[in-house]
Amino acid sequence: MKKIEAIIRKSRFDEVKKALHETEVNFFSYWDVTGVGNEKQGHVYRGVSYSTSDIQRRKISLVVSDHNVERTVETIIKAAHTGSVGDGKIFVSPVEEAYRIRTREKGTDSLS
Amino acid sequence: MELLTVNNVWMMVCTALVFFMHLGFSLLEVGLTRQKNAINILFKNVFIICAGLLTYSIIGFNLMYPGSFIAGIIPDYFFDLFGLSAPMADGSLDLAYNEGYTYWTDFLFQGMFAATAATIVSGAVAERIKLGSFMLFSVIYITFVYPIVGSWKWGGGFLDGLGFYDFAGSTLVHSVGGWAALIAIYLLGARLGKFSKDGQSHAIPGHNIPLATAGVFILWLGWFGFNGGSVLSADPSLTSITLVTTCLAAAAGGISAFVVSTIAYKNYDLTMFLNGILGGLVGITAGADLMSPLDAVLIGLVAGGVIVFGVSLIDKLKLDDPVGAVAVHLACGIWGTLAVGIFGSMAGFDQLLVQLAGVGIIGAFCCISAFIILSIIKATMGLRMEEKEETEGLDAHEHGMDAYAEFGTAHDR
Repeated sequence: MKKIEAIIRKSRFDEVKKALHETEVNFFSYWDVTGVGNEKQGHVYRGVSYSTSDIQRRKISLVVSDHNVERTVETIIKAAHTGSVGDGKIFVSPVEEAYRIRTREKGTDSLS
Repeated sequence: MELLTVNNVWMMVCTALVFFMHLGFSLLEVGLTRQKNAINILFKNVFIICAGLLTYSIIGFNLMYPGSFIAGIIPDYFFDLFGLSAPMADGSLDLAYNEGYTYWTDFLFQGMFAATAATIVSGAVAERIKLGSFMLFSVIYITFVYPIVGSWKWGGGFLDGLGFYDFAGSTLVHSVGGWAALIAIYLLGARLGKFSKDGQSHAIPGHNIPLATAGVFILWLGWFGFNGGSVLSADPSLTSITLVTTCLAAAAGGISAFVVSTIAYKNYDLTMFLNGILGGLVGITAGADLMSPLDAVLIGLVAGGVIVFGVSLIDKLKLDDPVGAVAVHLACGIWGTLAVGIFGSMAGFDQLLVQLAGVGIIGAFCCISAFIILSIIKATMGLRMEEKEETEGLDAHEHGMDAYAEFGTAHDR
């Protein structure tokens, strides 16, 4: 099993969510984060301008079986891509064990 | 009797409207400052109206209308008149007191004004002043400085004798608060992170612009009472023209600030627009009953420009004013007072000089007294929160409370 963490634009979230459901990935969590990177947003407040690279993003975290990793990553990239600086990143890391709390199923059985 | 009833009803409605301005100030201030200090700001605003009314009932009202003066300047008071006592005639309330309103209405209406003078300071010193120091300063300032200044004009003192005119308090309320705010932010220093070592100014955006907007609309509504009630009767023509000039000045002030700030800063800044509305309102307050609609618009247009330049000037002087209180209340308060000599039925060079004299004398008195009070507080109990306390937020350190307990607090800004 692998954990896939994707930081994406908030504006692409609905597309990504729909695309994931279409590939039958139905379980994931997401939360709002502030990202610092290459994209810059200009701000002005009462005459003082400040450009921040602090931009609101959304982070999605999902765990999938090994054979689904490539397909899922491809799905996310396709849905989250805009071509402009600031599209985000995806990280894949190994997961040691997984459980479904309701039934105590372990391993890949708990992922479906 | 019917005339008194009609007049008094209007005055009581206006009293309620001016009271409502405290909600306006609270929302404006909490919206333009950071989430981590929200409880603290609101606490100060709630304190001011409560303490202000109480001290005004014990000392302020009598000090402001003393009946006679010593050496023409000092209200003949000397603490022999604590508390309220309505004039009686034949054992019942003396209704000849005033054809416009009863003694009680007089006290309460004026009491609402007294508290607004101190609340002006609370916005300017936000996010870094010690709560206890602020409460002590504002009690002393509302109890003594505000009524003494008020006595010189509305209490029949020497400024009244000179012909100084201030219809609803551009100077007597707004500048009194504005001077104190200026002195306070000078002695207090800027918020941490506002100015970097090389003098560069940083933006510290407010955390709830919708509340700030609501606050300004509520203040505008309150001004219907602030100016409408300063007619001191329900006279149809005076009250109605006053409301018209008030609203036109507010609108003109807003548009002017919006246009000027857009040209200057190349963005549409809602907070400058809101400040401009308030600037127009403060600007018309000295002469709302004297101005024609066109005069009111012109006064408002100038006030809007004054706001933008005032905010910028305060920033250039390396003073930190989170809500623009000094620009709105002091700068536009001075403008509104001088405008009485430039526009309207009292315009004239001599009047302008008298207005200028009033501004100067009151300015000197307020600055000196605010400076003395604040310096003593600074030297004894201290004015400012510790660095760590200010960074982590006054709500956490002065109150141990969260303004939005179920929402994750914003990371330290």
